[in-house]
Amino acid sequence: MPRTGDAPASTAPRAPQTALARKPSGERNGQRAGSSSLCEALHAEWTKLRTLPGTFWLLAALVVTTVAVSAAATAAVTCPHGGCSVDPARTSLTGIYLGQAVAVILGVLVISGEYSTGMIRATFTAMPRRTKVLAAKAAIIGGLALAAGAIAVAGSLLAGRVLLTGHGFTSAHGYPALTLGDGPVLRAAVGSVLYLALTALLSLGIATIIRDPAPAIGTVLGLLYLDPIIAAVLHGAHWHNVIERYAPMTAGLAIQATTNLSSLPISPWAGLGVLAAWAAGALLAGGLVLRLRDA
Amino acid sequence: MSTTTIMAAREAVSAGHGLLRRLVRSEWIKFRTVRGWVIGMVAGVLVTIIWGLLVANGSNVGCQAGPNSPVESGAACLPRFPLGPGGEAVTDSFYFVHQTLTGDGSITVRVTSLTGLYLPPGSGISASDPEAGMRPGVQPWSKAGIIIKASARPGSAYAAMMITGGHGVRMQYDYTHDTAGLPGAVSARSPRWLRLTRSGDTLTGYDSADGTHWTKIGTADLAGLPSTVQAGLFATSPDYVQVVSQSLGNGSSAGGSSLATASFDDVRLSGTPLGTWHGSVIGGSSGGLPASASGFRQAGGGLTVTGTGDIAPVVAGGASGASTIGQFLTGAFAGLIAAVVVAVMLITAEYRRGLIRVTMAASPRRGRVLAAKAIVACAVTFVAGLAAAAVVVPLAGRLAHNKGTYVLPVSGLTDMRVIVGTAAVLAVAAVLAVAAGTMLRRSAAAVTSGIVLIVLPYIFGTTGILPAGAAQWLLRVTPAAAFAMQQSVPAYPQVTASYTPAGGYFPLAPWAGFAVLCGYAVLALAVAWYLLRRRDA
Repeated sequence: MPRTGDAPASTAPRAPQTALARKPSGERNGQRAGSSSLCEALHAEWTKLRTLPGTFWLLAALVVTTVAVSAAATAAVTCPHGGCSVDPARTSLTGIYLGQAVAVILGVLVISGEYSTGMIRATFTAMPRRTKVLAAKAAIIGGLALAAGAIAVAGSLLAGRVLLTGHGFTSAHGYPALTLGDGPVLRAAVGSVLYLALTALLSLGIATIIRDPAPAIGTVLGLLYLDPIIAAVLHGAHWHNVIERYAPMTAGLAIQATTNLSSLPISPWAGLGVLAAWAAGALLAGGLVLRLRDA
Repeated sequence: MSTTTIMAAREAVSAGHGLLRRLVRSEWIKFRTVRGWVIGMVAGVLVTIIWGLLVANGSNVGCQAGPNSPVESGAACLPRFPLGPGGEAVTDSFYFVHQTLTGDGSITVRVTSLTGLYLPPGSGISASDPEAGMRPGVQPWSKAGIIIKASARPGSAYAAMMITGGHGVRMQYDYTHDTAGLPGAVSARSPRWLRLTRSGDTLTGYDSADGTHWTKIGTADLAGLPSTVQAGLFATSPDYVQVVSQSLGNGSSAGGSSLATASFDDVRLSGTPLGTWHGSVIGGSSGGLPASASGFRQAGGGLTVTGTGDIAPVVAGGASGASTIGQFLTGAFAGLIAAVVVAVMLITAEYRRGLIRVTMAASPRRGRVLAAKAIVACAVTFVAGLAAAAVVVPLAGRLAHNKGTYVLPVSGLTDMRVIVGTAAVLAVAAVLAVAAGTMLRRSAAAVTSGIVLIVLPYIFGTTGILPAGAAQWLLRVTPAAAFAMQQSVPAYPQVTASYTPAGGYFPLAPWAGFAVLCGYAVLALAVAWYLLRRRDA
């Protein structure tokens, strides 16, 4: 783990001089710092996040909730004689439905937390290149979500492997034990980790626009959780396919499918690509708003 | 606004009830002066309405009367279901062998067999020989027996005693009522005797396994039954339905037409019957089977009747394609998210800005501050939810009608319960959110837990991610159970269909589901109240 950075320490004394007159000072600072400022920004963001007590608990919550819901969902399915139409990998990864809510909190708080305490002004005084700050936040939060997501997905698959075999998902029924050596299962696992990271980035982008944590979380969770609900009531309609293919959650979770791929509304990687496009769009819009607006 | 609070509270320190009133007023002022909160609530209402219209507008039904007729769409394609005596949409098609009965009387019969044929899913019907390609097998709710019916018009009042394919002897009347009699299948070795007597408006059903010892099954009060009615024998058989419950899907069902044939003998009609037996197909032929497939034969003292169709209420989804008003109100989840965000912020915004200390200083009775916030959140959300639901239900209903989607008719009282119930669910969810905000003090955690606690179980319960059993369980014990309030039509055990929450059928009764949410809200308020008193502000 890196030592507490000298970035805040070294930039803090400069802050009073450069404060308020944002734009000119920003350019000067940027020229002087050059390419190393992204490293400084990363270092600063990492230090801020690392020293907040909530971060660790949120990451732990992401892992625990994901594994717990996955295990509960897996314990609820059985495969009796005569076959079943269950996608074992997808069922073992059901916890992503809840885990993503924690990823959303992480993504929102990394910027909204600074807005609500007023810390954001200190951050922008120290790092006047605002988009660089956003990029650093995205890199740090994306990395943390990937790390926590990897543990959560590994735990979920392990729980699934143990529980499913006990519920009739045996080789005799055409369900070999879950293993990452199996291509589709590996895709579902890697994709689920990426899914968590992308939802965190989507949240960061939206929270940059909205600033206040409560409405930002409400918006992101609405954008995610309302997709399957509206898709379910729009059965048979033209809009049903549009929602399934282009809404962030229904499209993004297509990556978890390992069986019956032909019945998917969108192919797994294309679906994750849709979510990535949402996240990129939100981050771009956030970066743009950040440049144009007063902090 | 804090000055208002301080002044308001000082004036009322000894006033008791007046204090709460003033606190509510000051909380209301806080709410309406924060522009973002008002915008949030209005946005929630608008999204709920647009969502409902989108759902109603979504499916554009097309149809063709015959192979050579023009393709029509919209309202021209609406199925024409007759309405039963209770105002509900019904299926009323069967083969009826009847005589006119005037005044009181009774009909008694012995049934010696019930057999059936059904068309497996995916096979076509040939017009010349409808029974070709059909497999033998009686449907669980194939029915045959005796019936006394106000007239031959589909949808008219009736009472019937019947044997069924898989549910023993039943007494059914006026489409929605169903009472069990003797269990077991009927055969020549174990026949069943059925009797139906009319006395005024009251019809009484009996069954017997030997023709001498009779058991009363039930009575039906058919108010306004004319003195001249049609009485006789009937047979009918609903479409073959396979409810896929094992799948993680929505329990989709596939079906084809079916026929039921019953053998009767020892038919006795007492009273003042007229003439001889007439056979008629009631309600047209259903399920694509030509009318020639049904009919009756009289040989010796016995009668054999073959029929297809059903005498039962129409249920949502499945073959009927019928929708319910609750489907248009699923947008309430968007309103719910808005309400949770605003309700949480009513308290967490004060913690963040430090205003809570002013509020607590002005009104040291912290429990009352919490109560005032809960009352304001509840009232504001209720009004917003009521406005949204009251606009969506009639508007979306009309739009769906024009688009050719049949919406199951319900009584005005049920309409009202669904609309007011949706508003009430949102209001109580807002109270839950205030309590969560008070407990957690941080808006991020409180908003997330409020939304996840209500929306996620609903997603798990309705979209087929979990197997049916676990999904039903979730919709019984989590706050999402409250959305049973949106169920407008009951599930009928005497109609085989996949009654899924996605189709608008919940495991709990409307008010019971609502009570579950209220229980969570009361519990959360109690914990919040305790923590608020114990903790430093």
